[in-house]
Amino acid sequence: MNDNVNSDSKYYNNPLTRPHIKWGKLEEANNFAHKVKLFRQHALSEDDFRRFRLQHGAYGSRLQMGYSMVRIKIPGGEITPEQLEKIASLSEAFSIGSAHVSTRQNIQLHWVQLEDVSEVMRGLAEVGLTTREACGNTVRNVMCSHFAGVCAKEEFDASPYSKAIAQFFLRNPMCQNLPRKFKVNFSCCNEHGLVRIADIGLVPMINENGVKGFRIYLGGGLGAASFLGHLVEPFTPENRLLSTCLATIRLFDRHGNRENMARNRMRYFVHEIGWDIFQRMVFKERSIVEMTMAGSTLESFRVLLEGHQREVFKIQNKHLELPILNTQNTSTNDSFNRWMNTNIVHQKQQGYFTAFVTLGAGDITANQLRVLAASIRELSIERTARNTPQQNFAIRYINGKDVLNFYTRLADAGLTNPGALTIASAVGCTGTTSCNLAITNSHRLAKEIEYKFLELQYDIDEDLRDSTIKISGCPNSCGQHEIATIGFFGGASRIENSMAPTYTMLFSGSTGEQGELGKTIMRVPAKRVIDILRKIIEIYRQEKSGNETLKHWIRRIVNGAGTGNIRGVEDIKRLLSPIAQLDPIDLDPESYRDYGTDIRFSAKTARGECAA
Amino acid sequence: MNTKKLQSTNSHAKIPLICNTDTVQALILNNSARIVDVRKSEEYLQSHIRSAASLPLSQILEKEPSGIIEILKNLGVTDTLPVVIYDDTFGALAARVAWTLQYVGHSNTSLLEVTYSQWKRMGLETESNNNKFPKVEHAMRINHKIQADASYVDLAKEQENKFLVDSRERLNFLTEHIPNAKNIPYTMLRSDNNILRKPEEIRRLIENRGMSTDSEYITYCGSAGTLSGLAFFALKSAGIKNVKLYSKSFREWKLLGKVKEEFKDANYWDLSAD
Repeated sequence: MNDNVNSDSKYYNNPLTRPHIKWGKLEEANNFAHKVKLFRQHALSEDDFRRFRLQHGAYGSRLQMGYSMVRIKIPGGEITPEQLEKIASLSEAFSIGSAHVSTRQNIQLHWVQLEDVSEVMRGLAEVGLTTREACGNTVRNVMCSHFAGVCAKEEFDASPYSKAIAQFFLRNPMCQNLPRKFKVNFSCCNEHGLVRIADIGLVPMINENGVKGFRIYLGGGLGAASFLGHLVEPFTPENRLLSTCLATIRLFDRHGNRENMARNRMRYFVHEIGWDIFQRMVFKERSIVEMTMAGSTLESFRVLLEGHQREVFKIQNKHLELPILNTQNTSTNDSFNRWMNTNIVHQKQQGYFTAFVTLGAGDITANQLRVLAASIRELSIERTARNTPQQNFAIRYINGKDVLNFYTRLADAGLTNPGALTIASAVGCTGTTSCNLAITNSHRLAKEIEYKFLELQYDIDEDLRDSTIKISGCPNSCGQHEIATIGFFGGASRIENSMAPTYTMLFSGSTGEQGELGKTIMRVPAKRVIDILRKIIEIYRQEKSGNETLKHWIRRIVNGAGTGNIRGVEDIKRLLSPIAQLDPIDLDPESYRDYGTDIRFSAKTARGECAA
Repeated sequence: MNTKKLQSTNSHAKIPLICNTDTVQALILNNSARIVDVRKSEEYLQSHIRSAASLPLSQILEKEPSGIIEILKNLGVTDTLPVVIYDDTFGALAARVAWTLQYVGHSNTSLLEVTYSQWKRMGLETESNNNKFPKVEHAMRINHKIQADASYVDLAKEQENKFLVDSRERLNFLTEHIPNAKNIPYTMLRSDNNILRKPEEIRRLIENRGMSTDSEYITYCGSAGTLSGLAFFALKSAGIKNVKLYSKSFREWKLLGKVKEEFKDANYWDLSAD
């Protein structure tokens, strides 16, 4: 018996091995209830109330301002079984009985009546969660790669840093009224994580002298106009992490555009002034911060960081491999094998595995959350889950011998769809299911793609495995379409006198430190997206050379370096265009209706609330 | 009904609207109440709370008040005998039966605060006897104050001092509802272990919404008045005096072709993982 891992009590009861930070505050729930009453009595103006509401994580629902989307921050993506169970109860009581995993590691409850938001906050505070600064002009949820701590390529675990940064800036007076929202993403290695599409992106590294630190990227972000972040310097030591972040936020606060709501993210300022100048400003500002920062500030950050340091799991396990497969030739076994191949990864801790729970566009029912929570409690040594920007859950530290047990428990709750780590796990923002800005039902489209791709068994095709599909319902990129192998953002097209829901398709976006933004290819009607995807895969299968995957082939096409019949983008567009052509509405009424509705499409939107 | 007279002439005490397990155990011990199980009869026959009578919900739906009175007589329920009702469907079926008994004139009717499953989990006493009771007399006194029909609702929906409460889940409500109805899903009113939250919590939820507890409330749900029956008892337990149940609910409303409020500008159903 391995006493480091299997003596449950030592780890389950050790405050260092489980989250213990109380992010939420009960008084904020009471205050919210009070403010709603004032607003309803017209004692608080609509603008003032909106700012307050967004600051506290409640976003107006699509064309129904009496309802809110409540965005629960999950700092670093780390969440306990008790928190999952509470979210389950709250979703049943005040929302729609399902919760939604966002692309930035939040968990959202939709269609909550404004008057009940304070009750949701109250429940969240009981389990230490908060919605504070989940929306509005603030530092949003601080993300961390769900592989941090278990990634074979990482130099050290960035999780404690992500949570310390989150804690330092939460409710910090300096970030209560920024020009616009501000996003911080930590990764584990150069591959995983979204470091170049954040205002501050950080990759942990240890330099040649053995000093811990980060490669820090600034000024990235996706939206109507997207930019990749720039590397500040080759290495930023750990002891300059806080001052670099502080300097960046101070510069943004001082110089960010507060006039033009459409161009007030920091990336626009960086772009307009030029990276070289901004970089010098950061260095100068950082010197000022470091010279003027009170010793107690640095000390308080050090204390926060220490509070988040977890005992390293010293794994010396005897179960080096996954359980032997194919021991029985049953169909259950086939499903299990398929799930193993598409939802399980090895950790750097030998004998331990991370299992992914495939969710349709991030949605999970209250009962599923409860089953998941119980399974985590019993079978994950670290006893927490991480939610992923692919809108799934990652459950880590599952002993190889427990993997089948884990699968069996989840299977009964319908939580063992395969394909989490493959092209089948399409990402979709909430789209017209709840968002004021959405033009199309990107959410349902992502689910439709997932069903169809699993039916076609695309998930078991090794060549498709490293490709991704991400969909936004408008150009604003909540679905992160610009970092997908094949991305889509929603719009409307007029055909004769009728409007049809359409998507603009992009190719060859990618994540990681070498990530690139996708290139616009063509417009595709919503109801033809699946046909187009199937056609692309069919063409790829004919045209690929050697072992190249779909992802690599698409990159080659975008770079005009194709061979055979498809040399560049124009060649593939020519083959796809016939599928994208729509007949007039009387011949094809179906194409003039979006997914999830039987009424004719019209592009209805209302004021966005991203910027308070 | 003249409760003063009843209290003075009868030994049975008025029991609380929602009875906790201690109270019910004491009532069973003293043989001073009728415990009523409204699950299906085959479930009752397998096991039930000690001394309980069987009265499946299906037996009382669609029955005239005189038929309900007949049932009470056959269950040995006198005008003042406390009746405590339970189910295993989060209290909704029990609530519908309890409301019906109150409606025909048996005001001393309450709900057990837990479901049968929870009762068993708590290790409390069960049995499988098919209990029968000697027939007694019971008068009929229709309590019109707790009942609303479609024409009443039609008028009430426009009246300022009346709240129409839709007890269905959020997505059903968003899709369509009676105009001006407020949505208080039944799921909002229960707690982790009990069929209803504590009265002060329910009061807070109502007050958060700026709804006066002095107003009249009319609850309705999808079809049979079960979910809204539970809401009826929730509001009563929170101290709201004037609560009515529109027992034929939204199904009748639609059949009558009455006006509905619909919301078609969002595809909210697609957010459900069910």
